[in-house]
Amino acid sequence: MRESLIFDLSSPGRRACSLPAFDAPAKPLTELVPQDCLRQHDADLPEVSEIDVVRHVTRLSQINFSVDTHFYPLGSCTMKYNPKINDRIASLPGFANIHPYQPASTTQGALAAFELLEQTLCAITGMDAFTLQPAAGAHGELTGLLLIRAYHTARGNPRRKVIVPDSAHGTNPSSAHLAGYHVVTVPSNNRGEVDLEKFRAVLDDEVAAVMLTNPSTHGVFETNILEIAAMAHKAGALLYYDGANLNALVGLARPGDMGFDVVHLNVHKTFSTPHGGGGPGAGPVGVKKALEPFLPVPRLKIVEREALSIERKNADASRFTLHAPRLAWDYDRPQTIGKMRSFYGSTGVLIRALTYILAHGDEGMRRVSEVAIINANYIKAKLKDLYDDPFPQACMHEIVFSARLQKKQGSSARDIAKRLLDFGFHAPTIYFPMTVPEALMIEPTETESRETLDRFIAAMRQIAEEITRNAETLHNAPFTMPVTRVDEVKAARELDVNFVKRDA
Amino acid sequence: MNVPSDLKYTESHEWVKLGKNNETATIGLTDFAQEELTDIVYLDLPKVGDEIEAGTECAVVESVKAASDIYAPLSGKVTEVNQAVLDDPAIVNEDAFGKGWLFKIKLADPVELDELLSDSDYEEILSEKESQDEDEEEEK
Repeated sequence: MRESLIFDLSSPGRRACSLPAFDAPAKPLTELVPQDCLRQHDADLPEVSEIDVVRHVTRLSQINFSVDTHFYPLGSCTMKYNPKINDRIASLPGFANIHPYQPASTTQGALAAFELLEQTLCAITGMDAFTLQPAAGAHGELTGLLLIRAYHTARGNPRRKVIVPDSAHGTNPSSAHLAGYHVVTVPSNNRGEVDLEKFRAVLDDEVAAVMLTNPSTHGVFETNILEIAAMAHKAGALLYYDGANLNALVGLARPGDMGFDVVHLNVHKTFSTPHGGGGPGAGPVGVKKALEPFLPVPRLKIVEREALSIERKNADASRFTLHAPRLAWDYDRPQTIGKMRSFYGSTGVLIRALTYILAHGDEGMRRVSEVAIINANYIKAKLKDLYDDPFPQACMHEIVFSARLQKKQGSSARDIAKRLLDFGFHAPTIYFPMTVPEALMIEPTETESRETLDRFIAAMRQIAEEITRNAETLHNAPFTMPVTRVDEVKAARELDVNFVKRDA
Repeated sequence: MNVPSDLKYTESHEWVKLGKNNETATIGLTDFAQEELTDIVYLDLPKVGDEIEAGTECAVVESVKAASDIYAPLSGKVTEVNQAVLDDPAIVNEDAFGKGWLFKIKLADPVELDELLSDSDYEEILSEKESQDEDEEEEK
């Protein structure tokens, strides 16, 4: 059933609530607001009852695909399940009901959680210090690049260039550009890794940073990472780690040990916080010691540790030794790049990430990455006879297929993605990375059972057969969704995002 | 593949049509480029008066599939921009070598012309690309 627009549910004069009579002195609007700031016509708003709104929005949410309702193998996005305990802990009044303007002496619990998260992220990534301030992954990238610029500037030359591989996330070159750098692209070799010779050719003493993600967006481990790091450092450049693919490495390998100097993490990917959709996000940034002085203010500072240590030794609680450091905000950091966001970041999101890490523990976090890798390789092994698999080696947490064999038969990656919806699966990422023609980038994540993966594999195999039999039929997929194939070209060319009421 | 012989080309799939005495040039995307991109939905072109530098990105093309940079084949000052393709980017898909031209420049350095590819050079690049694809298939 097609859901109506809320405007179509509108009836003149219908209201969701009745307001009490106005009991304050009233003045006409024209006396309070300058004439040129006033609307010429009333706003076109739908006039509906509360139950109309609730039913409309609930129905829309039921039509939607989400991690809570469907398998969501969107490559490079790590759409893993968000455990409900995350929400429960973040809703505790000590986190949910505090205000950033409260004195730090009254929010010590939340500050201790931040401090613990900083230390934990340092341990996971092998970095020396973390800021939790950036509001999202790409914002973390910009923060990282501004740190790199500050580092080089302090040494006398901010440098001009940033190197990114041709498979990079689009945000990498964008962030480098925003930070004032010229972007140089380095091609990949036939294993999907950085081409070392071509990398050497573009590396010079004007390169400020090399931005990589490991595993790369081809879903493969960058085996020459130590050599790349040595080459970059020899040229005086810093190595930047895009944490988008960290879900493959937790507990197995650390960016800091590979030679990375700056990392950003996407807590909505690796650490199971909700994907933004415009809501709050967090993109913590970690650095090695040499870059610590430049981190955004404020920094968390331990004022006293020993003085507040509480040890309970009575019979009931003898197991607990509570070391409660007293924490404060430190703004006295002369080399800081300044503030990247109001206050100290998205508290509710950061608490969810910390909850996830503590709920799993170090062994559990390693299992997360191991199972994510096993699940992706399981899909690779079960589908590579039907879908072209461009890279020979085992993949990491995601697998990139090329639908070029299907394209030759008359169906595209887009057709396959649309047809998958009919089987109750969200589409994988398509046409990215751009280095792989007709790319289908599948990331199952560790949260999916073998039964779910088998159903997905069966659907992909059936689709390949349908294409061999008659590729034409897929051109109008999906067939069973409330909205079937939409005209994306028309939608993009005739962009129309405002509702304008047309007289009947 | 359509590769007109009166144009010059770049490896990054732009075409160049030289004006009188090689003082001006019209620049566009090749038929191969528009086919790879599929339906183009948006173009971000330089403005009249902008200085562009050969080999650097000077414009952006967006299709339903991808957003890509367009590289300046030559250095110079932009003298005219094709308003018609800004209004209706589909023209580039329909007529890449004709009505789908993007912008015109006044050349800064005619020596750069030596760097451009002839139609036969460009055709060779396209056929190499094709045979590469086929080789890969045979390996499987």
